[in-house]
Amino acid sequence: MRKKYLVIIYSISIFVFFVLYLSLGKNKVYTTQDNIGKKIAEVQLNYFDIDGEFNTKEISNFKFTLLNFWASWCGPCRKEHKYLVELSKNSNLKIVGVNFKDEKKNALKFLNEMGNPFSILTKDPEGKKSVNFGIYGIPETILINNELKILKKYVGPINSKDVKEIEKIINK
Amino acid sequence: MLSNFGITVSIISLLLTTSILYLSYYDLKSSGNNVSKKIYKFAFFQIVFTFLGFITLIVAYVISDFSLINVYENSHTTKPLFYKISGTWGNHEGSLLLWINILVLFSFLFLILNKNKNKNFKLYTLIFQNLLISAFLIFLLTNSNPFSLLYPIPTEGMGLNPILQDPALAIHPPLLYIGFVGSSIYFSIALAALISKVDSKSLALTIKPWVSVSWTFQTLGILVGSIWAYYELGWGGFWFWDPVENSSLMPWFLMTALLHSVLVLERRIGLYSWVIILSILTFTMSVVGTFLVRSGILNSVHTFANDPSRGLFILSFLALMVFSSIFIFFKYAPDDNKNYKIFSKESFILANNWFMIFFLAVVLIGTLYPVFLDTLTGQKISVGPPYYNFILAPFLLPLLFLMTLGPKHKWISSDMIGIFNIALFISVILFIIIFLSIKDSSILMLLILLFSTYLITQTIFDFYEKFKNKNINLSRIISHFGFGMLIFSISLNQIYSVEKSFNARIGDEKNFQNYTIKFNNLETFSKNNFKSVKGYFEIIDNKNTTSQNLTPEIRVYNQPEIITYEASINTRFFSDTYLTMSNISNSDIFNIKFQKKPFMNFIWFSVLLISIGGILQFLRFEKKI
Amino acid sequence: MKILSLTIVLFFSSVISYCDENKTYEILKNLRCLVCQGQTISDSNSDFALTIKEVVNEKVEEGFSKKEIYHFLSDKYGDWILFNTPLKKNSYILWFVPYVLFILGGALLYLVIRKRTEKTK
Repeated sequence: MRKKYLVIIYSISIFVFFVLYLSLGKNKVYTTQDNIGKKIAEVQLNYFDIDGEFNTKEISNFKFTLLNFWASWCGPCRKEHKYLVELSKNSNLKIVGVNFKDEKKNALKFLNEMGNPFSILTKDPEGKKSVNFGIYGIPETILINNELKILKKYVGPINSKDVKEIEKIINK
Repeated sequence: MLSNFGITVSIISLLLTTSILYLSYYDLKSSGNNVSKKIYKFAFFQIVFTFLGFITLIVAYVISDFSLINVYENSHTTKPLFYKISGTWGNHEGSLLLWINILVLFSFLFLILNKNKNKNFKLYTLIFQNLLISAFLIFLLTNSNPFSLLYPIPTEGMGLNPILQDPALAIHPPLLYIGFVGSSIYFSIALAALISKVDSKSLALTIKPWVSVSWTFQTLGILVGSIWAYYELGWGGFWFWDPVENSSLMPWFLMTALLHSVLVLERRIGLYSWVIILSILTFTMSVVGTFLVRSGILNSVHTFANDPSRGLFILSFLALMVFSSIFIFFKYAPDDNKNYKIFSKESFILANNWFMIFFLAVVLIGTLYPVFLDTLTGQKISVGPPYYNFILAPFLLPLLFLMTLGPKHKWISSDMIGIFNIALFISVILFIIIFLSIKDSSILMLLILLFSTYLITQTIFDFYEKFKNKNINLSRIISHFGFGMLIFSISLNQIYSVEKSFNARIGDEKNFQNYTIKFNNLETFSKNNFKSVKGYFEIIDNKNTTSQNLTPEIRVYNQPEIITYEASINTRFFSDTYLTMSNISNSDIFNIKFQKKPFMNFIWFSVLLISIGGILQFLRFEKKI
Repeated sequence: MKILSLTIVLFFSSVISYCDENKTYEILKNLRCLVCQGQTISDSNSDFALTIKEVVNEKVEEGFSKKEIYHFLSDKYGDWILFNTPLKKNSYILWFVPYVLFILGGALLYLVIRKRTEKTK
């Protein structure tokens, strides 16, 4: 009788310790990767410097779209900007920018200095519309196909590795 | 210099610890009836050298010796002396050194305070305790050395997070560690008792004082932690069901269970194995908590800087500890075979244990489930206060009821004591008064209020009765009264809390319910380690036309660079007024959060009462021995 | 008559707005601030929290129910954002095991007490 209990208790403990051991190696940073595979929300975004609105449904007109959330006050956005400029040369891809909680003056200065990779530039001065895309910090970048499906989501600045990944998908 | 000294002293402690292990092991076989004098000597030097190591680190903090990485990372020359000292245990490495000091202190105290106990029982206890000590010393020296050198020596340190610079948080870790690290001693005692086949009565008498001491400190530690969270975090809450808070609560449940079942063990020779299981579990849970807090597998408000290698060490240690104690338990545990009768006091005490283990299980599941789910399936979910409140709150009703009735029962057997008595009558009347003055609330909340009122009045009656008979168990009365008060005040706090957040500019005035809040002025000033924006507010209570001035601040500290939101709290006897403000970026608008927090003083005071019960129980034990 | 209907309207509107506010607070208290360590949106002063607060406020004013708002946010940010863990396949164990344990504990306690009572007889 005692032996049976001992075996049961040992097995439970081994399982618990094994799971705890596995959890040690896990990456604890939370990202909204669950959104991959979902359809992008239908949202009306104001254009950056002209009147009117861009409806995210229009993304279906393009083969691939990269939706990039950025601001002039965000340091990492500066770091990733050259990669966006690089990607903008690819004809399979349209880059739609969302200028996030920014001032127009500073944003324009930023684009003059660093180049403008955006085919379409919109703005979200209060940051509320970005909630529809699951944005919680910037920069964030979402790759969408013409069925409005989210293929990739990058939280934080994209790097050369990400650029290669994106190019591989869009050049197929 | 201090680095070498500290490391040397720690190595000497480790050598002394292994010597004690060696000597105790050989002394087991010697024929004498007393523990060898040599062991006493070594234990004395062990505590001296371990303390010396701790003092060395404190000195390094006081003189800001930045050649130690630990001091460089956690201190700063401009920090007040008090926080330089408390900074010693405000980080992982330093607090580990405090851990070891408490392990050694308890080992030493056990040795010198139990002169008349069975020799082998003492020696085995010493062996287990020193195994723990050596494991943690090895951990300290190989992985988390507070004396590690830094070169080149920086001229200035990185500073201590300003929210940790608070008197409550300075004493919080020592209190809590005496609590749950102190439980190590009854872990060792329990295993030793099994091996040396000590009888129930002497086991009970040996662990009782340690249980009540660690329980008292654990209670106080949790209290001080909550006070810190309330005053310093600026959210207006005192308990968030955060994983780190849960880690301190889990051993507390077990200690509470132990505190009660030890009483049975002492009087009635029942529950021997159960008390041993509880003793082993308590320290195991303390180490589990330490693992959760320091390995970084949880997402918590109060995090230590994380490092997976630490987690791995603690986890391996924990596994070793758990497997060997289970093995020892199954090998040596005797069969309990004692007489009980239903409705005797034992049943009630066992019911207490039933609830405590249930609470422990809920908190443990709530804390670990997200980790397990994420690891096994990759799905991330959060478990927060709504879960704990939903599951635990209904069970407060039977618990409060048992706490009211249980202590009235006699030891061996007694018949059902009439539930309908004058105390119940008075509490129902009190409750009706409360009920009529509360506008709207859930039935559960009202029932909790009723049952806590019943517990409070019944304990007062018990006190009066016992006072007449000159036979007072004050510790139980005070602790149970405190617990009733605690639940009562938390419930009223929940019902009557007012919260309002709004945006305002200077000169704005906001009216709502019975309050008018005027944002009168804004002032910026700078002090030696921070810059501050201070708002001047006037809060008028239109009901009784009193007004109070509150001045919340936004501080930008420079060492390290951190923004803190300092709540302005006006404490009155019945209710606190709590005001915080935060700036909204790129504007001159501020977000103001106004809170009315009734019965906060009562909550703190009730927990204090609960722990006073623990002190009294300790004193009572001492008198008997 | 006019005055009466006006007071009725005022009374109800004040009740409704009062309820609205409580609803907003309740929702905000049950949301995790993703960029903070274990803090709720309600307690946090971070930029993200302020945005979510405004969004929730708007949704409440637009008449969305609590459930709809939780659903909207968990759709965008995952269940991680919800502190009030929804009852789903992946949380059955979390929600039910405690009750099972309580009952098992009670049964065990009952057996122990009964066994020991019988012995004395």
